[in-house]
Amino acid sequence: MAESDIDVLAGSSWDGGVAPFATNTKKLGMWLFLLSDSLTFSTAILAYAYVRLSSSNWPRPFDISPAIVNATFLTFILLSSSLTMVMAVAAAHRNEIKKAVIYILLTALGGIAFVVLHLMEWFRLFNEGVTPWANKWGDPLFGGTFFGLTGLHMLHVSIGVIYLCIIALGFGRRKFNADHVEVSGLYWHFVDLVWMFIFPMVYLMSVNLKG
Amino acid sequence: MSAHETAAVETHQPGTKKLFMWVWFWLLVLTGVEVLLAYMKLEPRLMLILLIGLSLIKSALIVAYFMHLRFEKIGLFLVVVPTLVFCLTMILIFVFPDSLRIVRMHP
Repeated sequence: MAESDIDVLAGSSWDGGVAPFATNTKKLGMWLFLLSDSLTFSTAILAYAYVRLSSSNWPRPFDISPAIVNATFLTFILLSSSLTMVMAVAAAHRNEIKKAVIYILLTALGGIAFVVLHLMEWFRLFNEGVTPWANKWGDPLFGGTFFGLTGLHMLHVSIGVIYLCIIALGFGRRKFNADHVEVSGLYWHFVDLVWMFIFPMVYLMSVNLKG
Repeated sequence: MSAHETAAVETHQPGTKKLFMWVWFWLLVLTGVEVLLAYMKLEPRLMLILLIGLSLIKSALIVAYFMHLRFEKIGLFLVVVPTLVFCLTMILIFVFPDSLRIVRMHP
């Protein structure tokens, strides 16, 4: 462990080489974008925490069924789609184009399933009287933060699905190489990562314990 | 010099299918633990700390293995992670004391 760390340190000196991070520019660019995007999500989550702390009648409306079961299933879908994305990147680097395209499309399918199930939950909440500006259970800001946070995340998933479809098309036609697939994978895993914070903070902290 | 350059640019893919399956499995287990925790009727502050702790472990697993950062040059890690930690610390320092003050101002 210590030895390999030293190796990494020793190998990381720039030393006048052409690639200080040993990555291509696409990958470094994506990492920097994800850095700024994670700050966007962090401030959104912090704003939610701020509003919630300063509210005196914040509702805890989520019953185990359907809301928590649904949200846990959404987590499962996103984690599994991340696994297929990892497989796609590995296949792309081994130059197995057909396999990689199938794995990328499976990942996109997971994203579509996520958006559809999540939208169904949104419409269920609309029918129960919770909208971005109204909430019959308590503080109206509950609706604003809930739909704001999950909406921003859903937008990222939707963009990710489009991105993955373009990558699958381009990689299938050999216009893109394995690096493009890897960079799109980074974006997809990040979307997954953000949900790992939204799921506990929005859903699990608002579980209905009376029901 | 040229040997150094080829070594630096070559992309290698460590991590086997089995490793990724294990990471996926543990992410699911930690998600299950989180859902169980939500029903333990703990004090909100303790629950928030536990949930965020578990989420940080999960995101570290995703970043290290799925996003491959563990196998990259340490320079990339040093560019991304300390920057994020610094920015988040600054945001927390400037936002949260105010929010906690509002809680005490409630009747």
